[in-house]
Amino acid sequence: MTNLETLEILPGRDREGQAESFGSIRLEAGDCLAVVGPTGSGKSRLLADIEWAADGDTPSGRRILWDGAALSPRQRIEGSVGRVAQISQTMNFLMDLTVREFLRFHAQAHGLEDSGLEEEAYGESQKLTGEGFSPDARLPGLSGGQSRALMIADVAILGAAPVVLVDELENAGVDRRAAMALLAGRGRMVLLATHDPAMALSCPRRLVMGRGGVRGILEPDPDEGLARGELDRIQERIELWRSALRSGERLRVHPGLD
Amino acid sequence: MAWVLQKWIFMEIICDSIPPGGGGVGFRMVTVAGPPTSGKTSVLRHVLRHLTRGGWRIGVAKFDCLSTDDAQAFLADGIQAIQGLSGGLCPDHFYAGNLPEVMDWGTRRGFDLLVVESAGLCNRCAPHVRDQLAICVLDHLGGVKLPRKVGPMLRRADVVVLTRGDLVSQAEREVFAIHVKRFAPGALVVPVNGLTGQGSPELAGVVKELARPARSVSDSRLRFSMPQAVCSFCLGETSLDRDHQAGNLRRMEIAT
Repeated sequence: MTNLETLEILPGRDREGQAESFGSIRLEAGDCLAVVGPTGSGKSRLLADIEWAADGDTPSGRRILWDGAALSPRQRIEGSVGRVAQISQTMNFLMDLTVREFLRFHAQAHGLEDSGLEEEAYGESQKLTGEGFSPDARLPGLSGGQSRALMIADVAILGAAPVVLVDELENAGVDRRAAMALLAGRGRMVLLATHDPAMALSCPRRLVMGRGGVRGILEPDPDEGLARGELDRIQERIELWRSALRSGERLRVHPGLD
Repeated sequence: MAWVLQKWIFMEIICDSIPPGGGGVGFRMVTVAGPPTSGKTSVLRHVLRHLTRGGWRIGVAKFDCLSTDDAQAFLADGIQAIQGLSGGLCPDHFYAGNLPEVMDWGTRRGFDLLVVESAGLCNRCAPHVRDQLAICVLDHLGGVKLPRKVGPMLRRADVVVLTRGDLVSQAEREVFAIHVKRFAPGALVVPVNGLTGQGSPELAGVVKELARPARSVSDSRLRFSMPQAVCSFCLGETSLDRDHQAGNLRRMEIAT
């Protein structure tokens, strides 16, 4: 992984030209920052500013500092693939390889073959999805959830980029909280655009976007700690029902009464 | 948009050295090449919107093989455009043979920038002109082996634009970029989303900075030679009979 100690977002202006009121937002390795707000509120622009290492010259006027400094022009234009990884709902595997071959292929590209990381990435992918899959499964045959689990584990373990942008993983069929924990646990800085309360609350900070600008920065309060517990219970129930559904059972509000 | 690139020093990094003066045709020129449906026109429409907003007068010449209505798309954006179809002719020769006419058109119209977009050239050839900004557009959906299969269109390009990156996995994007770098080591690699335009302000900044005043037609040369294969098939032969074949042919060596 490319080394990066800190990522800093310096304020710009919203769509109406109003200056953003935060001082600076600083992320360190393992940090997770949720980005919330209605469609059109500026979430994508913020993520694009980070992807392109904005230096006061994008519509938002924000500046992004990498280890305290702006990137050089050439780094900015062409470095984004190795600097910032992206995971979204629309991404697919195009290659007709087995899971094992795919991980080997990616490891080789970074000179990481035989490092044990391929097996580790496979192992982590199995913890992220309720539907396990074999290392000999072919990529085109994976379900949406299985694909997403593999992509996240691959980015966390084998990816080159220290920064990971996650866009709307709402219905991915993966354990999204475990996914965030995996990415952060591997020292990645995660920015997460989401409408999902459980995911937003799993980050220690969340940016509230509106009219193209950052409107505020919230940290979960004690009430939200309770909400998080409630969300966990709901999630647990959904998972139980999902596996019941998969195995052909009936869904029961009060299990054990049949 | 205040895209301040003046301070940048790309030229020293990637462009051929350019003698001062030039033929004074009056416009800058950029060639845009890539496999069919790689997203050239979509990317260009976004980029040219940024440049026209900056006050540039732009003309587009689109070369294609069999059919195109791309000129209409540019005209709808208020950009002057012409198109040429090679039809039954070798598209590479059709392109090279008509480029002088296109350049004269550019001078007559007084453009600041002449964009020459070509689809359907075979991978053996490249439309890129010496000392003029050369862009190659590749689609991630072509798969990670694509960079190896696209010849001088990619290898002789200054800027490689990658499209549809939002549809493939991060691992495939990383490997694709590594392969592009292997075949075009000096080129700038710029990901652009042809639908949303994400990345197009950045690419417009690159074009603004790197597009150079074009030379006169008589001083202009292709970066890569066209094939010398003058053979009976070029003349319309359809028979596969060996006795009907003549001219520049090379037999494959096939093991028994």
